[in-house]
Amino acid sequence: MAEQDGTQAYRRIYTLNLGPQHPSTHGVLRILLDLDGEYIVKADPIIGYGHRGHEKMGENRQYKQFLPNASRLDYLSGMLFNHGFVLAVEKLVGIEVPERAKYIRVIASELNRISSHLLWFGTYVMDLGGFTPFLYAFDDREQILDILDSVSGSRLTYSYCRFGGVTRDIDSKFIDMTRAFLKRMETRWADYDDLVTKNIIFIHRTRDVGIIDAELARQYGVTGPNLRACGVAFDVRRIEPYEVYDRLDFEVPTGSKGDALDRYNVRFNEMQQSCRIIDQALDQLPGGDFLTKKVPQKLGPPKGEVYSAFESARGLSAFYLVSDGSPGPYRCHIRVPSFGNLNVLNEVLPGTLVADAISILGSIDVVIPEIDR
Amino acid sequence: MSYFKEIFYGGLSLIEGMAVTVRRLFRPLVTVQYPRKKIPLSSAYRGHIELKVFEDTGTHKCIVCLNCEKTCPSGVIAVQGVKLKEKGPKTATNYVIDFSKCSLCGLCVEICPTQTLQYSKEYELVGETQSDCVIDLLARLAKQAEAREAAEKKTQGLAA
Amino acid sequence: MSEGLFGSEWFRLILGLLIVLGFSQLNALFLVWLERKVAGHIQLRPGPMEVGPHGILQTIMDGIKLVGKELILPLKADRKLFFLAPVLVFMPVLVGFLVLPFGPSMIIRDMNLGVLLVFAFSTFTVLAILAGGWASNNKYALLGAIRSVAQNVAYEIPLLLAVMSVVLMVNSLSFSEIVRSQKSIWFIFLQPVAGLIYLISATAETNRAPFDIPEAESELVAGFHTEYSGMGFGLFFLAEYTNMFIVCAVATSLFFGGWNGPFGISLGIPGVFWFLFKTYILIFVIMWVRWTFPRVRFDQLMNFSWKVMIPLSLANLVVTAIVVKLI
Repeated sequence: MAEQDGTQAYRRIYTLNLGPQHPSTHGVLRILLDLDGEYIVKADPIIGYGHRGHEKMGENRQYKQFLPNASRLDYLSGMLFNHGFVLAVEKLVGIEVPERAKYIRVIASELNRISSHLLWFGTYVMDLGGFTPFLYAFDDREQILDILDSVSGSRLTYSYCRFGGVTRDIDSKFIDMTRAFLKRMETRWADYDDLVTKNIIFIHRTRDVGIIDAELARQYGVTGPNLRACGVAFDVRRIEPYEVYDRLDFEVPTGSKGDALDRYNVRFNEMQQSCRIIDQALDQLPGGDFLTKKVPQKLGPPKGEVYSAFESARGLSAFYLVSDGSPGPYRCHIRVPSFGNLNVLNEVLPGTLVADAISILGSIDVVIPEIDR
Repeated sequence: MSYFKEIFYGGLSLIEGMAVTVRRLFRPLVTVQYPRKKIPLSSAYRGHIELKVFEDTGTHKCIVCLNCEKTCPSGVIAVQGVKLKEKGPKTATNYVIDFSKCSLCGLCVEICPTQTLQYSKEYELVGETQSDCVIDLLARLAKQAEAREAAEKKTQGLAA
Repeated sequence: MSEGLFGSEWFRLILGLLIVLGFSQLNALFLVWLERKVAGHIQLRPGPMEVGPHGILQTIMDGIKLVGKELILPLKADRKLFFLAPVLVFMPVLVGFLVLPFGPSMIIRDMNLGVLLVFAFSTFTVLAILAGGWASNNKYALLGAIRSVAQNVAYEIPLLLAVMSVVLMVNSLSFSEIVRSQKSIWFIFLQPVAGLIYLISATAETNRAPFDIPEAESELVAGFHTEYSGMGFGLFFLAEYTNMFIVCAVATSLFFGGWNGPFGISLGIPGVFWFLFKTYILIFVIMWVRWTFPRVRFDQLMNFSWKVMIPLSLANLVVTAIVVKLI
């Protein structure tokens, strides 16, 4: 397809499919690119390849039977979603949660957030061509997976939270392992800094690449570290605190320019802040029950609806449950952050090089199965 | 001037990165050659469910209340049983799970009124057809009992 | 000097060629294994361990596997060029072995234009890559090949300018002459900038990371050897490692003293061991660099060459010329 513009030159635009089989581990994403030489003229993300029908399954199951589904929505933040769903149902039914259980859930969620960011870090640098930080990040992530395995029995899809608490109590082994992990990570930040953050090649590949300004982010519904990198300090844990986040002291890191380097730095700082949260939560951990005993097996929630938001690793996620009094939801909708985050590519990619497209896509940190549910 | 500064500091950052990598070269390895060495599982590990043997009865305590079958979100469990005495509980005669559909949520283990279900520690499961994933828990229980008797006989034989 | 059979020129030549063939194959085998082990240990894992003790036989088994694979010819691909390209990429590299100074009297042909010969023949690889990319009849392979040509041409210039600085100092293009004049002090101490530029350009010439956009694991597809399967791919792969050896051997001879020991003290060890030892250390450094850094974007790569490397190497050459004239 040849186009003529005013200066009598013609450009040939050809279509390239950044296909569903992608070398980077984001899931099954397809971006239809219109290229003019090396520059992208139009970008169109196409989703739907990973639809599994979670929302329909939600309608046909009781509340507690949806628990395994929640972890599998965004499998990298399985604990965060598990936690979020349980919060939504507790809000709907009105269940009280013992203090110890709240602290345990917060610790497990923050560990999951660190492991999700570590995985993002590894795969992002691998997309850019450096293969080694991926393995270093996974080595650290193994420690987290071992910690969560020791208490929940599972490494990726935890069904650890229940309505009113958690399934198992944490013991001293868990606390020791977590403290050892926090101590180990303190030495790791400097290593990652030397290896990646200060590396001139990495900086050249991420600085001023894929700039999203705050107004564009607001229009597309971008949340999470992408929004914070644009300078907007929006974090659900600060704006609408749930569980015990109002008692814990942590900063919300923000960037200024909204380029890929800022997003990288925001996520890196978030990992360090999560370590701070876990440290404080372990210090403040009270005794008591880990599961409230007054929850009936067949929940009979009142008629109504609830929209419960929480901060997952990728941004603002929420469960919207509509109840008509039956043991299962009438409608179960999940708000996922990756949907807005991905669609901003429509505006950001045109004008960039193809090589930059990979860098931008990696820095936005999408998980496609979360979008397709 | 900033041209030269960027070259110099950029080169320095590359050297620092290389120092990190070469340091790791001399640290111990973190992987394990799997079939030759195995990693011990955590005590809370969730494998597929199995029936627990109780000390007082010497066998399981399943009363075929069908709570597990009804609460499973994926339709994994199939239980059948008969009443042995007229005014007693039922006993299971057939307890089969289809592990290809199980999502290891643990709802069945929690809801069992007699606590007769527990997680096994099986992770080296391999099968070639779909029917290989169907596990008969009563047969498994019998096999475990045989293995225990054989081990006891062996220790008795060694002691005698 | 034909003193019987063993002194005859022909005998020396044929023996030398056989040794070169054997050595290059063994070297490629060893380097593939070394790369995987180095990569593994940097990444906290052991690398190949199963085949042979510590995976020594892994490369041979991989070679046997590659030979056994079907040679796929894509539809509408240029048949002659497609099968010629891997051969073209391997052969000129072997020619480079003819003039390398392995030891004080261990050069197969001590030409007085040795340096010129090595670099003239190493440029053939560019042609072979372009042939391979063009003959594949694949949009993306051609894109990879074009990028590779641009990269090779851009980095050839600072490479040769750095070498010219050394040649100006010695006043000769013969390898043995250059190595002999490094008896007292290695040229890396006299010409550090040229040495660094040479090593960086050599990494770019052999398409190794961080300049490995044309070869495997590119953003979209696998570069110019996408369509090659079996031994065609194997030949590209082996040629890359042999090329790496040649480039490091030339660096050793030009900058690190060749077969001289440190400060001329040989410690009783024959020169050939010093030569190989230094070459393999340089190869290890190149591998180390590969596994540490991310890839440079293509336009940044070209910018780096034209705006940083070439001015620096030109300045270096001018300074060398002035100093040589004054001394």
